[in-house]
Amino acid sequence: MTSNPYLPAMATIQEVIEETPNIKTFRVTLNNPEIKKNFSFEPGQVGQLSAFGIGEATFVINSTPTRMDYLQFSVMRTGEVTSKLHTLSAGDQIGVRAPLGNCFPYEAMKGKDIVFVGGGIGMAPLRTLLYYMLDNRDDYGKITLLYGARSPVDMAFSYELPEWMERDDLDTHLTIDSEYEGWEHNVGLIPNVLLDINPPSKNAFAVTCGPPIMIKFTVQALAKLGFKDDQIITTLEKRMKCGIGICGRCNIGGSYVCQDGPVYTYEQLKQLPNEM
Amino acid sequence: MAQVKFIKKDNVSAWLEELGQKHEVLAPRFEGDSIIFRPYDASKGFFIEREATAPPKKAIFPQSETLLKFSNIKDLENPEKVALDVKENLPDSSWVVFGGRPCDARGFTMFDRVYLNGKHVDAYYKARRENTFFITLACEKGETTCFCNWVGSGPSDPTGSDVLMVPVEGGFFLEAVSDRGASLLDSSLLEDGDSKQAEADKVKVEADKSMGEAQDLSKAPEKLLAVFDNMEHWEEMSAKCLSCGACTYLCPTCYCFNITDESDGISGTRIRSWDNCMSSMFTMEASGHNPRPTKAHRLKNRVGHKFSYYPDLHDGVISCCGCGRCIKSCPVGVDIRQLVLSAIAYEAKEAAND
Repeated sequence: MTSNPYLPAMATIQEVIEETPNIKTFRVTLNNPEIKKNFSFEPGQVGQLSAFGIGEATFVINSTPTRMDYLQFSVMRTGEVTSKLHTLSAGDQIGVRAPLGNCFPYEAMKGKDIVFVGGGIGMAPLRTLLYYMLDNRDDYGKITLLYGARSPVDMAFSYELPEWMERDDLDTHLTIDSEYEGWEHNVGLIPNVLLDINPPSKNAFAVTCGPPIMIKFTVQALAKLGFKDDQIITTLEKRMKCGIGICGRCNIGGSYVCQDGPVYTYEQLKQLPNEM
Repeated sequence: MAQVKFIKKDNVSAWLEELGQKHEVLAPRFEGDSIIFRPYDASKGFFIEREATAPPKKAIFPQSETLLKFSNIKDLENPEKVALDVKENLPDSSWVVFGGRPCDARGFTMFDRVYLNGKHVDAYYKARRENTFFITLACEKGETTCFCNWVGSGPSDPTGSDVLMVPVEGGFFLEAVSDRGASLLDSSLLEDGDSKQAEADKVKVEADKSMGEAQDLSKAPEKLLAVFDNMEHWEEMSAKCLSCGACTYLCPTCYCFNITDESDGISGTRIRSWDNCMSSMFTMEASGHNPRPTKAHRLKNRVGHKFSYYPDLHDGVISCCGCGRCIKSCPVGVDIRQLVLSAIAYEAKEAAND
């Protein structure tokens, strides 16, 4: 960040990956060598991407600080800014204000088993932490990943799934909502599949992200499996503008999601006013 | 001892013109039925006998300001590529705000904690704040909508001001509150003020008395949280509210904003403008989910922010300066004092009903 926190750093899009019919992943590098050299972030932090002329929107940096060749953002097309971003291609210029917000408690998670539960585009923030942990594999216990989407075509990062499935040090489960021709993995809603997988809660953390309704039932499933509120971690979506805790838009009580979040334990969320 | 001066009423205009040689001067004057802060124009005068309809918030926090300017630059060597030039647009204006009230000047101290003393410094606000001087007029008498004494202030509170003016016989007693305020008092139009000190002190004491007894709001933060989830209560409280947002736009401590881009195709600007938490779109997420879907949700957030969340984050300081404009200008008579007192009394009321 510069001394003017509203001034984006300019970046160049290196690659655009079409993930699903409405999700594109952008790999970008910062233009200014000095800014690029000094740039650092932690897994879970977000950034504001500028589509100049349309506006800014917040996305998680879903690459990992252990691989700094580029910064990666996955963008689901839902509104004006995301639609404009979807028109950009390699070589185009983009504005980046990052890193913003807090991060996953990856230090406190050391030595623990980790259960990732991602739904749809909610896999993006988990991907960051997943790669961070895989790149520091000895620091963590058993890692289980449950990733679900409506159908196989809605599954982002599909080109990475074979590697995730094959790894001995990662227990990967995929699920879709209903039967689909050629699909060889689970069929069923994420919370139900999670109960079937039945990961142990002892000495473990669960990290979940996805649509609000999925998170709600996943948290209930995790509770059934014995996960306590402080063992469940999630990352929130909110409407954010400034990204630095000033504009007053994304608060839940006294907590500003853009600054104090987006990562919260379920225990922390329960202490905030009920305003999700 | 603070530097004190006296200015004859008839000399105030000349003083403002003198100040106008070094600074831009903002002073309240009548426009239609409203008293509004405008760049001082001697031919139009000023009006400070009553609190202005709108506070001088725009001096430091303009209703709309350009944060960035951007333009697309065509690369003639490589016609397919377009480079982007993005420039920040930091302000360089300096204002003397004349004739605001203690609540107006104190209001900016609520901004300061968020805009200057948080994890990030707002460069635009900082540039204006450092170059804006407040010559504030102490109030002789509270209006029925005034409650500055409930929120830790008072009609002659110097907090946030550079010079405090107190009305005395024939003119104003002027007291430098800050060093930079003292610099504004270096004028041949001003006389020595020592002889007026006692009279000014008396005006202040009488003004304090006119405010009536202050309500104790120390329990407001916890009481508001306690009633937060009772939607029936908030629906009752917000029944009259029109979600018009007048309360936020006229509030000296409301600081929320939006950021939007405007483009003419080749170039454009990124603009910050006042926003309004009473608007249904304020928290609407891209997914279509809105965490504050009804005016009841929004009103409880507005009151909760000022009297609960903000004090919790900022040493117990309430983010309301008690100016009463939200009460005075609400078209349907929503009274923020009653909202807070209702929350404080809520448990007692519940217990009485049991």
